Amino acid sequence: MKLRAARRRRQSTFRRVVVTLIGLFFALPIVGMIEFTTRAPGGGRTLDTWATLFNLGVIDRDYPELKTGIQASAGLVVLTVAIMLFMLVPTMTWVRLRLPGMRRLVEFVCLLPLTIPAIVLVVGLAPVYAWVAYFLGESSLWLTFAYVVLVLPYAYRALDAGLSTIDVRTLAEAARSLGAGWPTVMWRVILPNLRTAVLSAAFLSVALVLGEFTIANLFSRDNLQVAINQLSKRDASLAIAAALAALILAFTVLFAMSFVGTGRGSSRREEA
Amino acid sequence: MGALLGVLPFFAYTTIFLAIPTIIVVVGAFLDGRGHPTLGNLRALAQPQVVSAFVRSTVLSAVTATLGAVFGALLAYAVSTAREGGLLRRLVTSLCGVLAQFGGVTLAFAFVATVGFQGFVTLWLEHLGIDLAGSIWLFEPYKGLILVYTYFQIPLMLIVFLPAVEGLKPQWGEAAESLGGSTWDYWRHVAGPILAPSFIGAMLLLFTNAFSAYATAAALISQGSPIITLLIGGTFSSEVILGQENVGKAMALGMVAIVALVMTIYALLERRATKWLGR
Repeated sequence: MKLRAARRRRQSTFRRVVVTLIGLFFALPIVGMIEFTTRAPGGGRTLDTWATLFNLGVIDRDYPELKTGIQASAGLVVLTVAIMLFMLVPTMTWVRLRLPGMRRLVEFVCLLPLTIPAIVLVVGLAPVYAWVAYFLGESSLWLTFAYVVLVLPYAYRALDAGLSTIDVRTLAEAARSLGAGWPTVMWRVILPNLRTAVLSAAFLSVALVLGEFTIANLFSRDNLQVAINQLSKRDASLAIAAALAALILAFTVLFAMSFVGTGRGSSRREEA
Repeated sequence: MGALLGVLPFFAYTTIFLAIPTIIVVVGAFLDGRGHPTLGNLRALAQPQVVSAFVRSTVLSAVTATLGAVFGALLAYAVSTAREGGLLRRLVTSLCGVLAQFGGVTLAFAFVATVGFQGFVTLWLEHLGIDLAGSIWLFEPYKGLILVYTYFQIPLMLIVFLPAVEGLKPQWGEAAESLGGSTWDYWRHVAGPILAPSFIGAMLLLFTNAFSAYATAAALISQGSPIITLLIGGTFSSEVILGQENVGKAMALGMVAIVALVMTIYALLERRATKWLGR
């Protein structure tokens, strides 16, 4: 008992020192952004930049590129999450039910984007996107096709973890024997049981799409990060404020997610 | 046959947006501008500019992977001693999730605002009489990028490595201690060997992460293409020299080869780590 107490004390000192030191390194650039965006022309502090950022009228009039970028990224978030869920959830459930032999292949395909750097994907996607532009037009929203590929590994892992905790086969057979069709099974039986996994896959996708720059920039399309980068050449202070706001938004989304996942965390503890 | 129909949309989608682009890169690396087979693109990889970009990318990735792995592992261990489901753990893991993914443009700006020409640390140090060498160093591939990359490597290490340190059972430490072992003995003979495969595996993942990074460097470095991702990105915007249309694809293929090699070692190590930690 005494050994354990001494050990715990040592650990808590160690924890405090390490978290504080590394925390300082992480805080500095964030503080730098806050400090930079609150500088007043003659010295001193002002919140003018932040007031401008949240003044939709001014953004609309003076910074159209930022408005376009925000709109494009918002659309991309919705489309990417929707395509990802509509494609992955039925496929992964179906593979577990009817094609267990294909599980390895689906996993391999989903994890493949981890080994293909985004820049390489851009090189290969260029001709594919020439066709996309030919059939669907030049809209920035079609970047979603590439973004779905980027989020595949993270979404797959989240959904796979969720599917492992429920007995898909029994649930599906029970529903089928009660006369449910496959769409009903997916929508009203499987999906509600996967709520946590679906949310975590969706949130990870949101964070990834909000931060994406490489593909949009190289295909000369608009999204939030491209707009911020362009804006920095004209108004550094506003660009940095917008970047920080996006960062805080993504953090809030992920932090909220950590509470949604509580249910699964507690059941894991019971197992151990 | 009917069962296969269910997976058709998935495979159709991944064929168009994943398989075809990969094939375009692999095949294109061996074709000239008019579609005739050639090894000219691969020979172009031997240009000093390309070689030095590959070398710089590799060194940069190796250094930041090592730094990120060491500090990230320390942080992961520190966090793992905190209460599971507690606020500290939630805060650190969510924050790391954002910082590891978000990097890019935001990160470049953050560092410019901190240690750039007008950054507050630069001004503050100037006030104290310390000159950060004109702060040009932030825009140099080695010094600047190493600092900025480490900033997103540490959070990634935490995310990847935390499950491994969580697998360490407190009973092992207590057993070692009750047998008279010191803390050093515990790390040297028990925890160290158990964590080693996960640690090296995570470090390899960090290497590929830095190696593939484009956005941070693109936002930070406006002149020249010192690293390989910027050089490939440059083939999109700059004038294409006749006969070199597909050199970008050859460079991309080179990147894939290096990343695939590293990821294969990672997969082998991960299998071993899973066995030992009983995950």
